Amino acid sequence: MTHHTPPGPTLTPDQWRLVHELGSALSASQKHWLSGYFAGLGDRSSHSTAPGPLPSPPVRTITVLYGSETGNASELARALATSARATGLVCEVVDMADYKTRRLAGEEDLLLIVSTYGEGDPPQPATGFFEYIEGRKAPKLDGKRFAVLALGDSTYEFYCEAGKRLDRRFEELGAERLVPRVDCDIDYEEAAESWTQAIIEQLGTEAAPTMIAAAAAHSTASPTVIHDKRYPFPAPVIENIAIVGRGSSKETRHIEFSLEGSGLVYEPGDALGITATNDPAIVATLIDALSLHADTEFEHKGKALRLDEALTHRFEITAATPRFLDYWAMLSEADTLRQLQQDDRSGDRSVFLHTHHIVDIVRRFPVEAVTPQGFVSALRPLQPRLYSLASSLAAAPDEAHVTVAPVRYDLHGDPRSGVASGLLADRADRDTVLPVYVQNNPHFRLPVNDETPIIMIGAGTGVAPYRAFLQEREVRGAGGWNWLFFGERNFRTDFLYQAEWQTWLKDGTLRRMDVAFSRDSNEKIYVQHRMKEQSRDIFAWLEEGAHIYVCGDAANLAPDVHNTLIDIVAAEARTGREAATDYVRSLQSDHRYQRDVY
Amino acid sequence: MTTDTFDRSRDLSQPLDRLGPDETMKDGSDFLRGSIAQGLLDRITGAMPSENDVKLMKFHGIYQQDDRDLRDERRHQKLEPAYQFMIRVRLPGGVCAPAQWLKLDELARAHGGETLRITTRQTFQFHWVLKDSLRPIIQGLHDTLLDTVAACGDDSRGVMCTVDPQSSQFHAEVAAMAKHVSDHVIPKTRAYHEIWYGDERVASSEPEEPFYGRTYLPRKFKIGFALPPSNDIDVYAQDLGFIAIGGPEGLEGFNVVIGGGMGRTDQAPATYPRLASLIGFIPVEKVVACADSVMAVQRDYGDRKDRQRARFKYTIDDKGLDWIKTEIEQRMGAFFEAARPFSFTSNGDSYGWNSTPDGCHHRTVFIRSGRLDRKLLDTLRDIARVHRGTFRLTPNQNVIIAGVQEEERPTIDALLAEHGHDADTVAPFRRNAIACVALPTCGLAMAESERYLPTLLEKIERILDRHGLADEPITLRMSGCPNGCSRPYIAEIGLTGRAPGKYNLYLGGGFHGERLNRMVRENIGEAAILEVLDQALGRFAVEREAGEHFGDFTIRAGIVREVTEGRLFNE
Ligand code: SRM
Ligand SMILES: Cc1cc2nc3c(=O)[nH]c(=O)nc-3n(C[C@H](O)[C@H](O)[C@H](O)COP(=O)(O)OP(=O)(O)OC[C@H]3O[C@@H](n4cnc5c(N)ncnc54)[C@H](O)[C@@H]3O)c2cc1C
Ligand SMILES: Cc1cc2nc3c(=O)[nH]c(=O)nc-3n(C[C@H](O)[C@H](O)[C@H](O)COP(=O)(O)O)c2cc1C
Ligand code: SF4
Repeated sequence: MTHHTPPGPTLTPDQWRLVHELGSALSASQKHWLSGYFAGLGDRSSHSTAPGPLPSPPVRTITVLYGSETGNASELARALATSARATGLVCEVVDMADYKTRRLAGEEDLLLIVSTYGEGDPPQPATGFFEYIEGRKAPKLDGKRFAVLALGDSTYEFYCEAGKRLDRRFEELGAERLVPRVDCDIDYEEAAESWTQAIIEQLGTEAAPTMIAAAAAHSTASPTVIHDKRYPFPAPVIENIAIVGRGSSKETRHIEFSLEGSGLVYEPGDALGITATNDPAIVATLIDALSLHADTEFEHKGKALRLDEALTHRFEITAATPRFLDYWAMLSEADTLRQLQQDDRSGDRSVFLHTHHIVDIVRRFPVEAVTPQGFVSALRPLQPRLYSLASSLAAAPDEAHVTVAPVRYDLHGDPRSGVASGLLADRADRDTVLPVYVQNNPHFRLPVNDETPIIMIGAGTGVAPYRAFLQEREVRGAGGWNWLFFGERNFRTDFLYQAEWQTWLKDGTLRRMDVAFSRDSNEKIYVQHRMKEQSRDIFAWLEEGAHIYVCGDAANLAPDVHNTLIDIVAAEARTGREAATDYVRSLQSDHRYQRDVY
Repeated sequence: MTTDTFDRSRDLSQPLDRLGPDETMKDGSDFLRGSIAQGLLDRITGAMPSENDVKLMKFHGIYQQDDRDLRDERRHQKLEPAYQFMIRVRLPGGVCAPAQWLKLDELARAHGGETLRITTRQTFQFHWVLKDSLRPIIQGLHDTLLDTVAACGDDSRGVMCTVDPQSSQFHAEVAAMAKHVSDHVIPKTRAYHEIWYGDERVASSEPEEPFYGRTYLPRKFKIGFALPPSNDIDVYAQDLGFIAIGGPEGLEGFNVVIGGGMGRTDQAPATYPRLASLIGFIPVEKVVACADSVMAVQRDYGDRKDRQRARFKYTIDDKGLDWIKTEIEQRMGAFFEAARPFSFTSNGDSYGWNSTPDGCHHRTVFIRSGRLDRKLLDTLRDIARVHRGTFRLTPNQNVIIAGVQEEERPTIDALLAEHGHDADTVAPFRRNAIACVALPTCGLAMAESERYLPTLLEKIERILDRHGLADEPITLRMSGCPNGCSRPYIAEIGLTGRAPGKYNLYLGGGFHGERLNRMVRENIGEAAILEVLDQALGRFAVEREAGEHFGDFTIRAGIVREVTEGRLFNE
């Protein structure tokens, strides 16, 4: 067929021409990948937010959500609930501050009472809820009904603005308005009362069970291709924020990707693979240092490549390898490099490689007439990087959260950044699309039995998978106790996800938490010290069948914790180190002691 | 009228379950211990995990706060608010020895964000204190014989006393009296020693709080001593005020005023500022008995149901001044004599050098809004190292380097000059302006105050210049919320915050604190504020009578109706 006669009615001749041209320009694997990409895209446009049909209860359930600072709205919310229950309606009162937005999917009738502050802002405690509902991540609310009671003070410029905002937004999101919004001035009692009555009557007089509308919205994604390391899914970044406070010595970030339409699924404990690319600036500098040209085309493994693209997408161009050292020694014939090649110099060699990026070597030992082919043949293919998943699909459907500590350091007076973590920190704003895949990690899994207690030990970003663990266990309503040990540098700035742990401690999802901050006092305190303090209980939990997890730094944390664990067993079981070591070893072979260290 | 002829359904005579929740909380606190000691050990939060402990700690002079500038930022970072504490020292009469100053300075640098705050009640506050630094600070203060007991809470606060050198004949005597009364009314519980100094709890058959009892007072209670002609302490803003009366033989006694207070709430007409009422004269030896009796009346009859109306001023207006006076006399076992004549001339400070008959010299140093930043700390530390007199903190948030000998004056001057602090260069309008702390530390602030005052003053000064009023002393007081910590309702120009950038504007207060002002515009921004002031000051410049103060003028000129009584403030 020629490209003048489009196959089927779906494409215009022009579109078809473009496709045809594109097609002829692509390699087989690229075509394959794109088919998946388009499948993904197409699927995303037909939204699939609802988490599936819910069993429809006899009566529509009512949730009264309030946002309050000085208590008026909360009082009214309780009053409303009381009179609603009096007329036999099922009704729950929740503070917007504590409301788990993921519940929205299951809601039926939402009654919102909110006051206004400042420049027409919501009350402090409700800010989070407002940001969610007014933000891009807000779900569709078709089939749900709502009503708003706005509290305010007419002497202010933005009278009852917060209430008005909710009223507007819920309508936008497709919810149906039960009764018109009422704005209450400082003397709100009467107005509020009549609003309440209106609602009670409306709801009270309603007939039998209504079918749940959420089910209608339900649709499952069925992508035509499995995304994996070879065919990663182009995932949009939906959130990318530093989660350390001012003055921190770290710049740890929380990053969220949308997996919507990818068909990707993962379990807590898995990691997200990210196919990073090199910083264009560094690519340019390197090409410059090699006195080559960005647009030079050359042949590599039977494919035609453009130099700048090759160096951006295909090869590691920062950290130097022994292979590169050999190559450059050969080209430059520089004594220093030659020396370092000798077997008895392995120590110096690794120090040299650790302190010289490729560009540093190229600059320091200039070479005439390097060929692109030759150069890339000495490079290592660019590897994807892994990041522990910090979310659970059960709690954040279609999302993948990761916690990233950017690698930063100086060499020869220049600041350097890690390839992937640098990209994620500096060049991955919202809406940036990055190729990702799921790296399963069957050796880091929650116990099958929800009743089994777990002890989680992590420092820095090593705490990421535990956020996923707790999200999962919370949604599953798992009864097993959870105990978290967390370590970082400074309490005030580096307590990663502090607010979330606190909520989980409050509602019991997290039974215990012990923290160690190494730079708050003169004597350095690490997680293993806190473990020692809790020696008896840790052993008791283990005897109860608890699973124990360690995640984070492989160099120090893992061994220190391991030895501490042995000490604890020895001390508490009053056995020798031998026996204790066996005890711990058998924990490992029973998969009750699992590690995810890097 | 006898006690059973009126409503007692809201006072101490009622069972706890009929009173406000805080009464039950206090009663169950085991004399202010609560679970504070345990809370200090919690490593998961920088706050106190128990709400009740947060309230109880106020009785220990400690307020939990958070850096409000960082609230949103930290919520996004999934971090808890930047919790920190404010610690208020109990410093009767605002008198502080150089050694104590040096200790305060050292502690502020180590644990208090390198700043100290001089308050409108003549004491120091530490801000930016982290939970782990609470004990170090309080123990540090202990080393230099200072504490923070009842610097806040439902009890009798640190007692104020005039420090203005103009009125110093009896200063020493009256200051000693203030200290004595302060020590007398301080809570007696050992909780403070146990929690902060680590003292063992000793069993004792004695009642732990002979005067206060298990539930202390319904609300805070404030005492102050004024020495005419200076009313620097704003005696009419005190729950209980003593006005020193002297005669040829020296100090004879005090006129007593009761029921002053500023605090009010917007949109709550039942709350209002009130000036203390003059009820008579007592001889010196009756002062302690008088204080006891007045506080006992408030303890027994104050409203314990609604904290918004629990201050003594409302007890008086609800029960009637005469009845209250009789009740006090009965408990005091003596009648009030007729009040003696006296007169105040100002509630401001006298800046620069002042000398007193005893041959001492006193240098008042202007401190903007009482904020001692790094630079001022350095200056005053240098002075404290050589100074042999005392420091006095003024109710206008300034510092007096007091009791300087003739020969030492040059040294002090040199040090001040060296650091570039010369009070005499500060324009009168600035000297008479007060701002409360407000943002970012105050949890109740609705608008800026301390941080915004300088900007606003500059703009008002331009107006004053235009009307040729640059050297006119006019009192302006700004508060970040209606609580009125800067005593704004007795200023000639008062401002109280409503929301970011929005204030209520009040005019007509008395220059030496003798008259409340009245709201002229509600909830307005800077432009509107300047416009109203421009008009009023413009007229003042041309229509004023000789020596007439701005506040008096605004009333005579009908710009604002006089407020004759607190309860009429809102009409
Ligand atoms: C530091 C100071 C203002 C200043 O800039 O100097 C101050 C600061 C605060 N005051 Fe005040 N008040 C201060 C003098 C006053 C005064 C003036 C006076 O007493 O002469 C008043 C008005 C007189 C009165 O009591 O009515 C005052 C009336 C209040 C009120 C309202 C009380 C009421 O009856 O309604 C509150 C709020 C409350 O108690 O509920 C309050 C509460 C507060 C708190 C503790 C906010 C809180 O409760 O969380 C503020 C701490 C802010 C911060 O970050 O430091 N503060 N406060 C003053 C400390 C005085 C001291 O050393 O003890
Ligand atoms: C299973 C698993 C889970 C992981 N989970 C997480 C996670 O949750 N969060 C997270 O942040 N990371 C995690 N990592 C680590 C992550 O995969 C990357 O290794 C890390 O982000 C660095 O990659 P990068 O491309 O940014 O840095 P790279 O470009 O790979 O640079 C790292 C290299 O820089 C060099 N280097 C580093 N410091 C210096 C120095 N001071 N001087 C000289 N050279 C130096 C070293 O050669 C180092 O190997 C995980 C790793 C694994 C294997
Ligand atoms: C500091 C402050 C700012 C306020 N700002 C507004 C405003 O901008 N618009 C408004 O309509 N009401 C405003 N109000 C009034 C409150 O919304 C009103 O008092 C409401 O009843 C409080 O309800 P809540 O107790 O549930 O918080 C403000 C109140 C305060 C104390
Ligand atoms: S007046 Fe209000 S804002 Fe200012 S310090 Fe007092 S309580 Fe805080």
